[in-house]
Amino acid sequence: MSKQVLSVLVANHAGVLARVASLFCQRGFNIDSLTVSATDDPAISRITIVTEGDRQVLEQIIKQTGKLEETKKVAPLKANSSLFRELLLLKVEADEKVRREVCGICEIYRAKIIDLTVQSLIVELTGNPNKIDGFLTMMKQYNILEMCRTGVTAMERGYSVQTID
Amino acid sequence: MILNGSQILAEVLVEQGVEVLFGYPGGSILNICDALYDYRDKIKQYVTAHEQGASHAADGYARATGKTGVVLATSGPGATNLVTGIATAYMDSVPMVAITGNVGTSLIGRDSFQEVYIAGITMPITKHNFVVRRVEELADTLRAAFRIANTGRKGPVLVDIPKDVTAAKCEFTPGPKIEGEYTTVLDDEALKAAAEAINNAERPVIYFGGGVVSGEAGAELRALMNKAGIPAAHTLMAAGVVGCDEPLNLGLLGMHGNVASNLAVDNADLVLAAGTRFSDRVALNTEAFAKKATIIQIDIDPSEVNKNVLVDMNLIGSVKDILAALLPLINENSHPEWLKEIGEWQKQNYVPADDDSVLKPHQVIGAICERAGEDAIYVTDVGQHQLWAAQYCRHVSSRHFLTSGGLGTMGFGYGAALGAKAAFPDKPVIHITGDGSFHMNMNEACTAVSYNLPVITVIMNNSVLGMVRQWQTVFYNRRYSGSEPERVTDYVKVAEGFGLKGYRCTNLAQFKKAMDEAMTLNRPVWIDCVIDREEKVLPMIPAGETVDKMILE
Repeated sequence: MSKQVLSVLVANHAGVLARVASLFCQRGFNIDSLTVSATDDPAISRITIVTEGDRQVLEQIIKQTGKLEETKKVAPLKANSSLFRELLLLKVEADEKVRREVCGICEIYRAKIIDLTVQSLIVELTGNPNKIDGFLTMMKQYNILEMCRTGVTAMERGYSVQTID
Repeated sequence: MILNGSQILAEVLVEQGVEVLFGYPGGSILNICDALYDYRDKIKQYVTAHEQGASHAADGYARATGKTGVVLATSGPGATNLVTGIATAYMDSVPMVAITGNVGTSLIGRDSFQEVYIAGITMPITKHNFVVRRVEELADTLRAAFRIANTGRKGPVLVDIPKDVTAAKCEFTPGPKIEGEYTTVLDDEALKAAAEAINNAERPVIYFGGGVVSGEAGAELRALMNKAGIPAAHTLMAAGVVGCDEPLNLGLLGMHGNVASNLAVDNADLVLAAGTRFSDRVALNTEAFAKKATIIQIDIDPSEVNKNVLVDMNLIGSVKDILAALLPLINENSHPEWLKEIGEWQKQNYVPADDDSVLKPHQVIGAICERAGEDAIYVTDVGQHQLWAAQYCRHVSSRHFLTSGGLGTMGFGYGAALGAKAAFPDKPVIHITGDGSFHMNMNEACTAVSYNLPVITVIMNNSVLGMVRQWQTVFYNRRYSGSEPERVTDYVKVAEGFGLKGYRCTNLAQFKKAMDEAMTLNRPVWIDCVIDREEKVLPMIPAGETVDKMILE
């Protein structure tokens, strides 16, 4: 089993996300995370999917997704030539006893504190999913009140652009 | 010209060459029905007993002709009644356009009367579907539906039209009939490699399926078989592509395929899989399937490669184009040793014993084929009778054996047979069914009568759900749970009640007489054939097993 990030360009139509999700559900493909966003072309949306499977399953995921009528392109992104980013919002219990420690960890990870109360704070962290995992491991020693991650969004490095053939 | 949505629909149907429409009226499609009234000379409408029957009729029409079948239903229950028919077409890659009405756009999402989100329901069983929210989009959406349904790997497309869109008006510009725009991109290196493998093989077998039918590639396939001297086995979906008497035809492959076909694939050093998808009824055990062979797969749908069985080479494109490109690269050849070995296996093929005093399934099928002839279209339901028909019908041409292969839809047959008859009024259409399947949709008898579609229905009546019961006999220690419903249906009386002619037969002479008469009547007929409930479909390879586990008695 290996992870795979897919950057999928789809027609910006109502229901296209449902079609992709329905396909994954129907065929038992995993979705670790899925994000949908606009592109510079208003007719096209980008769905970034992090999925998992052995070689045969990943091949099926790419081909079956590519077969949907509204899919314009499926690009499997290689880890070494792509940038992956995710945003984390984390609400941690932090009274005066631990606040300094928490802030110290945040500083190391270059996380931003964007909300503060006497008992808690909210941290914002952007980065590669591994970095966010690492940060969360460190934060587990404190009382995490709430957490949300956006899921991965991704782009290939360099001048080349993902286009519809 | 300015037309309303319903008129635009009718215009596009005519423009796309639709001559026949199956369906059922209802509230949300009243405008459409009204518009179609003016087109009744151009588009013949068949109103069925039930929308499911209409969907199978559109499917049967498409399978028999290769043209896109069209079915029309109203919103809500009308639309949901299409679901089994759409799924049946989807699994067997049959081109179909299903048109549903829906409640007006202002009522959508309010749980209105007869409202259902049919686009959501049919998402996983259509190639694509559309909800048309503006009349300006209607014509092009319908054209897209026809294009998608009959291009590349074929399949059903649903177009859902809210009622207000069927009434709204806009400018309509006529367009041309859309032809499939698929073009095969030939990969010369891959073709050369495949040809070399085929030329060097000592024990080659072709395994072909429904893609050869939908791709109209029968002539190319036979040319390759004969030039290279390669025997071929077929799936349920491809019966008839190669004539049953052609010497290189090994016959049916898979769970109920014959001994020689299965052993040939098992022992082959090369398998050329053409337009087929390694389903669990053929590649019962994906690890063991053709494991001594180099497998070359030809398919129009790249997602079929390595889906169930990992293959060594693949050639993507229409089977017709690929085979045509392959043919000049293939050496004239013969494999006498290999064919001799297969010949020995053919001697082990299961041959059922005749008994004229009762009705033996193979003799019934034999008698049907003798009388209906080579031009007849055979349409089955699903179950034991289906496999008997597949095994014993004298298949001689494509599109003359229509059966629900992938979904295995009991109740498919009658509607599909009516669709085929609507397409080919001059060909005999024989609906071979079982008493289980027939009870599901026998109501379509009224359609056969209303439009005088003289389909002959032969009911293999063992008064049990035979295929279920066979599995219970073999695998469940004869615990016949749910498979012996003890029905006492009198088919002759029911037939008469519907306005058709009914016969009941208990031996072969009676059946032959009934069949002879039925062929001359030119009206729909039912023939109830009483068969023994212990009759089995043989041979049989249990699900997930290999050819050495084949059951022969």
